[in-house]
Amino acid sequence: MSFEPKIVAFLCNWCAYAGADMAGTSRLKYPANVVPIKVMCSGRVDPEFIIDAFEKGADGVFIGGCHPGDCHYVNGNYRTRRRVKMMKKLLEEMGINPKRLRLEWVSATEGQKFARVIEEFVNEIKELGPSPWRK
Amino acid sequence: MARRIGVFVCHCGVNIAGVVDVERVAEELRKYPGVAFATTYQYMCSDPGQNLIRQKIEEENLDAVIIAACSPAMHEETFRSVCKEFFNPYRCEMANIREQCSWVHDKKEATEKAIKLVKATVEKLRGNEDLMPIFVPIEKKCLVIGGGIAGIQAALDIADAGYKVILVEKEASIGGRMAQLSETFPTLDCSQCILTPKMVAVARHPNIKLMAYSEVIDISGYVGNFDVKILKKPRYVDEDACTVCGDCEKACPVIIPNEFDMEKKPRKAIYIPFPQAVPSTYTIDREACLGLAPLTCAQCKDACEANAINYDMQPKIVEERVGAIIVATGYDLYDKNKLVEYGYGEDDDIITSLEFERMLSASGPTGGEIIKPSTGKVPKKVVFIQCAGSRDKQHMPYCSSICCMYTAKHALLYKHHVPDGEAYIFYIDIRATGKNYEEFIARVMEEERINYIRGKVAKIYREGDKIVVWGVDTLTGKKVEIKADLVVLAMAIVGRKETKEIAKLLKVAVDDGNFLKESHPKLKPVEALSRGIYFAGCAQSPKDIPAAVAQASAAASKVLAIFSKDKLEKDPLVAVVDEDRCSGCGVCVSICPYGAMQRQPNGKAKCIEALCEGCGTCAAACPSNNIEMRNYKDEQIEKMIEVIV
Repeated sequence: MSFEPKIVAFLCNWCAYAGADMAGTSRLKYPANVVPIKVMCSGRVDPEFIIDAFEKGADGVFIGGCHPGDCHYVNGNYRTRRRVKMMKKLLEEMGINPKRLRLEWVSATEGQKFARVIEEFVNEIKELGPSPWRK
Repeated sequence: MARRIGVFVCHCGVNIAGVVDVERVAEELRKYPGVAFATTYQYMCSDPGQNLIRQKIEEENLDAVIIAACSPAMHEETFRSVCKEFFNPYRCEMANIREQCSWVHDKKEATEKAIKLVKATVEKLRGNEDLMPIFVPIEKKCLVIGGGIAGIQAALDIADAGYKVILVEKEASIGGRMAQLSETFPTLDCSQCILTPKMVAVARHPNIKLMAYSEVIDISGYVGNFDVKILKKPRYVDEDACTVCGDCEKACPVIIPNEFDMEKKPRKAIYIPFPQAVPSTYTIDREACLGLAPLTCAQCKDACEANAINYDMQPKIVEERVGAIIVATGYDLYDKNKLVEYGYGEDDDIITSLEFERMLSASGPTGGEIIKPSTGKVPKKVVFIQCAGSRDKQHMPYCSSICCMYTAKHALLYKHHVPDGEAYIFYIDIRATGKNYEEFIARVMEEERINYIRGKVAKIYREGDKIVVWGVDTLTGKKVEIKADLVVLAMAIVGRKETKEIAKLLKVAVDDGNFLKESHPKLKPVEALSRGIYFAGCAQSPKDIPAAVAQASAAASKVLAIFSKDKLEKDPLVAVVDEDRCSGCGVCVSICPYGAMQRQPNGKAKCIEALCEGCGTCAAACPSNNIEMRNYKDEQIEKMIEVIV
């Protein structure tokens, strides 16, 4: 059987979650490997959640937030951007390919973009194979 | 904490059940810890569906419920209000198995994902606390940005209802684009005549504070309590003292083009944009004035008997608190320099629709006469080109909505001015969907004998004193060549560049045409995604005057709905600091965008609930993990992750 990655997606309530809804309303197909968790802001994504997800066996973590400058909470997405940069370095040191963590800006209108980046991400993780931390 | 959860899986007709095996979802959930009951139903949102929830809560003694159905954006309110009859609404959660599952996945994978989604929701729900809404006061005052017809209408509606309005206009006078128009379709009534009474009403209304020649420079806060900074630019003329006698204008030696007349008519450095301007006062154009000092020129100051001119006037920043904001910043025409196929609009005899509109106006550059600008003679052959920049992938892909109608009006008015002249209109399709619009088009085509040519123009170039227009008549398949005296481009409409700046301040998205993004294209066309912010007029999309006025009144009614309450209910999903464990490092205090995290005298942080918006950035940043988000706790999210992977 081919490898089906498990991916956790943190989607901010105002942009990425609404963008994912838009993908649904427009009936755009994308792989079901990604299971979303809604958070109010991408800035809520604690670096611990990312480590936790990999520890529990996730093959990838996706974070979707508002475009720079458009954050519903003024600047939460800028903090996410910095944290993701830091986390990528940290993950690399911990033996996880930083490509397994992906941050994307998806606005409420960008259903197409949401479907596209999820598909891209799933394919990328499929190429990378299962996470080395997977039990 | 919930101990007996009921799970209700919605078929949504075939929307969900056609893809997801809903019976299996219910079956799997029945086995899941904490779930006491699970069932499916055709339409959970219907009355019988809601009654089923009520019945099962009682029969099964449930203390919390999950509705696995559409996006919470659709029906969370519906189901929470049902649950409110029995227990705290935060004991109700939705699992989105439609928009984010059945509509986007194939049969075999969708059911598995749906089960995960519902199980993860069970974990979230088990961690939920019972919460009571937080109430915040409302400042019952509205900010309207933009003083065109949409802004004017919205301001008057709210002011008439008895609430205070601050109307901010960037230009020297309110009136906007409508003030520039000559006649309006389809009735041909004079634009100024129907607009100016409303402008005067704004100036005289005791509830409206008119701030013309001003710009909004900063907005913070949230619905009910926005803090706004408005820059009042100096006019160097006292608005109240100016009697509009015009002596200063006669004395002023500086002559420059008037923007109001699309720069086709001169004005002085001290000017009033048009005779009916509101507020009725002169303004000194700082850029054009010789020096704003008695030593350099001061001819206007010497001429002013009312002593209204003050060169020492300074820009002033006015701070206001408002409860709601309406954005009505209007439109611009697409840049004609980008239209390479139409000679970049550099030729004097190729003009835009608004330039033609000013030409038709009695107060315009030609006193209402239609002329060929290069010679000043009456043009005997005029070509109107619709969709100049609209419906064109190389420029703006959308339809600008009003060009078919005003071009028909332009052609008709031209024929009335020049009965022996010939008018040609190049069009792609005629879109005349408003009331009495089709009849107007028919009248123009039949009675006025305007030559409608279905097709696009490929090229325009000058040949002697003529403008040669090359096009194709797609109905006959023949090439068309017209040697015209004047060409009028019905330019695409775009949102103003200032709209983008205002949108940034408001955290509202704009699209490629600089138009504001509404909350829902059909059901919430005047609302922004953030509460308390509304749109009116062409700032949201191209539209005609009746639609702009209707949208303005709609936005006003939304504001009045907010103002009808004494306190505003606010989501209680705020941050909570564990004070015992707080080390007082202050990281949360420095990163909170709302100033909700404050340091107490004992050095520890505390969340001011009325200010907290619940983003959770502080919780993610706290180095000792002492901040929790209500109902989005670390523990809840970690359990959700566990279910998912």
